[in-house]
Amino acid sequence: MSERRGAILVWQILVGLVALALWQGLVALNILDPFFVSRPTDIARRVATWVAAGTLWPHLAVTLQEALLGLVVGAALGIVLGFALARSPLAAAVFDPYIKMLNAIPRVVLAPLFLLWFGLGIWSKVALAVTLVFFVMFFSTYQGVRDASQVLVDNVRMLGASERQLVRHVLVPSALTWIFSSLHTSLGFAMVGAVVGEYLGSTRGLGYVISQAEGTFDTTGVFAGMTILGIVVVIVSAAVTRLERWLLRWKNDER
Amino acid sequence: MISLEFDRVSRDFVTPSGALYRAVDDISLTVDAGAFLAIVGPSGCGKSTLLNVAAGLLTPTSGRVRVDGVDLDGLNRRATYMFQQDALLPWKNVRDNVALGLTLAGVKRVDAHARADGWLARVGLTDFAAHYPAQLSGGMRKRATMAQNWIVDRGLMLMDEPFSALDVHTRQRMESELLALWEASEGGHTGPPLRREGVGADPRVGPVQNKTILFVTHDLDEAIALADEVVVLSAGPASRIVARHPVPLDRPRDLMELRTTAAFVDLYRAIWAVLREEVVKSQRTNRHV
Repeated sequence: MSERRGAILVWQILVGLVALALWQGLVALNILDPFFVSRPTDIARRVATWVAAGTLWPHLAVTLQEALLGLVVGAALGIVLGFALARSPLAAAVFDPYIKMLNAIPRVVLAPLFLLWFGLGIWSKVALAVTLVFFVMFFSTYQGVRDASQVLVDNVRMLGASERQLVRHVLVPSALTWIFSSLHTSLGFAMVGAVVGEYLGSTRGLGYVISQAEGTFDTTGVFAGMTILGIVVVIVSAAVTRLERWLLRWKNDER
Repeated sequence: MISLEFDRVSRDFVTPSGALYRAVDDISLTVDAGAFLAIVGPSGCGKSTLLNVAAGLLTPTSGRVRVDGVDLDGLNRRATYMFQQDALLPWKNVRDNVALGLTLAGVKRVDAHARADGWLARVGLTDFAAHYPAQLSGGMRKRATMAQNWIVDRGLMLMDEPFSALDVHTRQRMESELLALWEASEGGHTGPPLRREGVGADPRVGPVQNKTILFVTHDLDEAIALADEVVVLSAGPASRIVARHPVPLDRPRDLMELRTTAAFVDLYRAIWAVLREEVVKSQRTNRHV
């Protein structure tokens, strides 16, 4: 098992190195123009500079704060509403077209409105992240509750469960599988919401850094910002996977 | 001890095309307190519908169900139900699954676990208490389900082909274990109390009230081997009772030997003569197979 994991890690690193080498090589051979695509060594140097000088941390902290708030609020709203509608088919039927309409709105269109409503600070970004996270969580919770096996529901009711106990012992665990499988997606969306929000109007955050770099045609700065974003998402995602593995440990068949 | 009575019970379903489909028609049947009654019939004859009505999971379209002489309204709180499919909660380990009925009733965790451990010992799953259902074999899952049902100790047990998914040998073992549990419950059968090896040995389990069992199966062999009486339902739609046969075989029964005895074979022949026609009919209509 761990041997296999080790092999995968080696391959993962290899793929990354090959891609970077290709990039670097194409620039060195003058096939790609560094003005447009920068080069990996420059990007790495830039990231190192930001880290060394400490200018990165305040921006990263703001972005993470916005994304986390967006994730928590969006997930809470999505899970609660998903549960409520899954338990009430009538309400689900009534709200169905509105939910679809709202979900179809491109979030970039909303960003300026949120700036207007919530100001230049973190809350306009949180709101943007919420609109992205909410729907992912809502749909998976709804699906998860509806998907709960009828036999399990009947059995637990026969054993004496009240409505509340039914929710706690059957519906919530059943929905958890779905909720967790969408948590990774939600996490990415929360970061996207925060960064896009910053990009369109802010004075702090990774999105702000990227937009500043773009304003001066500093492609190295743009790529450096994206690199940091990517690394952060991979780290947080790994943490979510561990949490998920623990919560859904009953799924791992060890036999 | 609880008696169960179906009084002119019919139940309709609406088919996807909008037509009415009558599953069972005008069924009147009494299961005496403490009896083990088996219902046999071809696939799609409404056997499960009857059980669901008795459980209160379905309301009859007409007629009524009486539990110990009282009209059933809502869920049947005096019954447990063992389903054909696996109904253990996959996210709870075996001990928590067995203890579930007690937990739901508000029994303290320590006490619920102690009694669950007693039942686990009784069904031979002590070493698997911390396993999750996905890690057990089919037979082990059934044993855990039996413990889960017996621990809540209701007077009536509804069983819907609980062993049909098992292989022949595992199935026979489960049937024996079910009989052993039933016969060991106080009285359990109409004769004097019986003591069986390994059963009732665990003091944590305590005395268990006498059970009335309504057991549904499509397997005549199983029905005769287990029950005091076998009821044959006609092929669907609109199933009715076509025959009732008492099973005068002595208890305790040794299921390893029983099936080859002359008394068993004679009974089988007699009931099969009736059941066979219904099976042929159901194959001709063939709408549910």
